[in-house]
Amino acid sequence: MHFWTEVKEGLLISFRAIRTNKIRSVLTTLGIVIGIVSVTLMATAIEGVNRAFDKSAAAFGTDVMYVEKWPWVSNEDWTTFRNRREFKMEYASQLDRQATLLSAVAPVMNTRRILKYNNNQMEMALISGTTSEFISASGNTQLDGRFFSDEESDGGRPVCVIGAVVAENLFPSEDPIGKTIRVAGFPYTVLGVFEKQGGLFGEFTSDTRVFIPIHSFISNFGGRRYIYIQARSKSLPLLEEAKIEVEGIMRKIRQVQPGVPSDFSINQQELLTQTFGPISLVISGIGLFITGLSLFVGGIGIMNIMFVSVTERTKEIGIRKAIGAIRWTNLLLLLLEAAALCLIGGTIGLGIAFPLSLIVDRILPTAMPLSVVFIAIAISLVVGVVSGFLPAYRAAKMDPVEALRYE
Amino acid sequence: MHVIEFTNITKTYDMGVAQQVQALQGITLAIDKNEYVAIMGPSGSGKSTLMNIIGCLDTPTSGQYLFNGVNVSEMDDNNLARIRNKEIGFVFQTFNLLARSDALHNVELPLIYAGISATERRDRARKTLEHVQLGDRAHHKPNELSGGQRQRVAVARALVTQPSIILADEPTGNLDSRTGEEIMGLFEELHSQGNTIILVTHEADIAEHAHRIIRLRDGKVETDVRVPPEKRKTYAMKKAS
Repeated sequence: MHFWTEVKEGLLISFRAIRTNKIRSVLTTLGIVIGIVSVTLMATAIEGVNRAFDKSAAAFGTDVMYVEKWPWVSNEDWTTFRNRREFKMEYASQLDRQATLLSAVAPVMNTRRILKYNNNQMEMALISGTTSEFISASGNTQLDGRFFSDEESDGGRPVCVIGAVVAENLFPSEDPIGKTIRVAGFPYTVLGVFEKQGGLFGEFTSDTRVFIPIHSFISNFGGRRYIYIQARSKSLPLLEEAKIEVEGIMRKIRQVQPGVPSDFSINQQELLTQTFGPISLVISGIGLFITGLSLFVGGIGIMNIMFVSVTERTKEIGIRKAIGAIRWTNLLLLLLEAAALCLIGGTIGLGIAFPLSLIVDRILPTAMPLSVVFIAIAISLVVGVVSGFLPAYRAAKMDPVEALRYE
Repeated sequence: MHVIEFTNITKTYDMGVAQQVQALQGITLAIDKNEYVAIMGPSGSGKSTLMNIIGCLDTPTSGQYLFNGVNVSEMDDNNLARIRNKEIGFVFQTFNLLARSDALHNVELPLIYAGISATERRDRARKTLEHVQLGDRAHHKPNELSGGQRQRVAVARALVTQPSIILADEPTGNLDSRTGEEIMGLFEELHSQGNTIILVTHEADIAEHAHRIIRLRDGKVETDVRVPPEKRKTYAMKKAS
C-alpha cells in the first residue's frame, strides 16, 4: 500500500539521519532519557508510598475502633485533650458487657523492655499487655501457633505471642514456639508468632511487639500507664452504628453530662487515610510536575534539533518535492524522525529506570506499575510528535523552487 | 494534442512594497511529443522562471498552461507534486541527488512517491541504471561517483517513471566539456527512443544539439526556430571528427 511504502521510506531515512548524526542524536535523546527516568522513578516511588500506606493502614483493621484519651489526628489545641481523665482497664469489660454491635473488646497497655533468648537480645522492644480477646479485636489475625486462651489471660500466665521481627531477632535459626524468652528478666513461653506485616508504621504493626496477658503485665511492669481499648465491630457495614453505640456507652461509663462534648476519642484507620490521602495527592502532583518539567525540557531539545535538521535538509526536501513528494509525505518524514528519537529515548529511559526501581524496592517495597511503562512510552511518542510538528510543518510548506536553490 | 501548451503565460514577483518584477510577459508556445527543444536566453531573460512553470514547480500569475490537455495553471501543491512525479523528469545542473543514498535508491525515489511496490521498484531502477550504463555502480553513493556518472544517475532518476517530458536545466553546467558531450549524447539517444526533451541552457554549443531553439529576452519569446538536420550537432559527429 502506498501509505506504508512511504512510512517505511520515512523510517529508513529517520534511522539513517539518526545514525549519521550520532553525537547529536545521543545528546538530544539524553534529555528524553533523563525525563523518562525521573518521571517513571517518581511514579514508582509514589506507588511505593501509597502501597506502604495502604498496607500499614490495613494493619489497623478497617472495622476496628481505638477508644482512647488522645485522638490520632486533630486540628485542635492539644491541651484540650491533655486535661481529659485517664482511661481505666475496667472500661473494656464494661463496654464488652453493654455493647451489642461489637464482636470483641480488648484493653491494651504498652511499655518498652529488653528481650533475651540465649545469646540473642533485642533492646527496647514494645511489650503489650492485653486480654485473650485481642486476637479477635485487631486487624491482623494471621498467626503461626496460637494466641493465649481466656484462662491464660485471666490467670496472668507467663505466656506470650511475638511479632515476626522479634522472632527473626531472637530465633534466627530455631522455631520459637514452645521456647521461653526473657522480658526484662521475666520468663515467658512463646505460644505463637504473628505473620510479617511490614509498612510505614512499624511500631503499630505486630512485627516488633510482644503480647502478654495484661494481668501479668501489670504485676511485672506496673499498671499506672496509658491504656486504650480496641473494639471491633461485628461487621464492616455496622461500623458507623457500632461507633455511635460505643460513644453512648463510653459517655455513660465516664459519666459525661448531656450537652458536654465527649472526653475521649474513637480513632479509626479511616482517619489516617483521610488525612494522608490529600497529602499524598499533593506530593505526587508536585513530584510528577517537577519531573515532568525535565521531560518537557527534553522535548524542547528535540524540537530544537528538528529545526536544525529541517534547515540542514532544505535542499533534500526541495529535491524530494521536485520529484513528487507531496506535502504530508515530507511532514511524515520529519515527524517520524522526531518520534523515533523520542521513542528510542523513552525505551532507554525505561531500561535505566527499571533496575533503579529495584533499588527503590529495597528501601520502599514497590514495583514499577505497568501502566507507568505504557504511559512513559506514550508520553515520549507524544513529546516527539508535538516537538517535531512545528519543524515538520515548516518543511512541508517550503516552496520547492526556494528549497532547491538553497545551498 | 500538444504535450505542453502555453497561452499568454505571465509571472510577476512581488519585491516588497509597490515594486513588482515581471519575469514573464505573456508567453505563448506549444511543444509536441518527441520534440527536442532548447530554451536559451541571457540571465534575467526569464528562462529559469519559464522552466519552473513548465516543470510545475511554480504556477503562472496569469495565462493558461495545459499539460497533456490538463489545465495545471490552477492546481494545488499536492496535485502539482503528482504531475511532477508522474509526468516530468528533472535533470539539474547540480545533479541534486540525495547524498546519503546510493545510486539505486536515488533512482527508486520517484517510484516510492508513485506508490510502486518494492520489488517492481528495485527492478525498474536497476534496469534504468543499466540503460545509462551504470548497472555496476548501483550501490555507490554520489560522492563515490564522477560528475558524469552522477549526472547519469540523475538522468536515470528522471527516466524511471517514464515521464511525458524530461526537463534538463543546464545539465552540462557542472561538467567538463568531454563529459558534457557524453551527457548530450545520452539525451540524443533518449530522444531517438521517443522521449520529449526540454533543455534549458545559455550555452549555444549545447543548444545546437536540439531540433528547435526558443530564445527568450526580457520575459518574451524573441525567436522560435527549428534547426535543420544539417545544422544539428550530434554526439556521433563529434566522435568522428
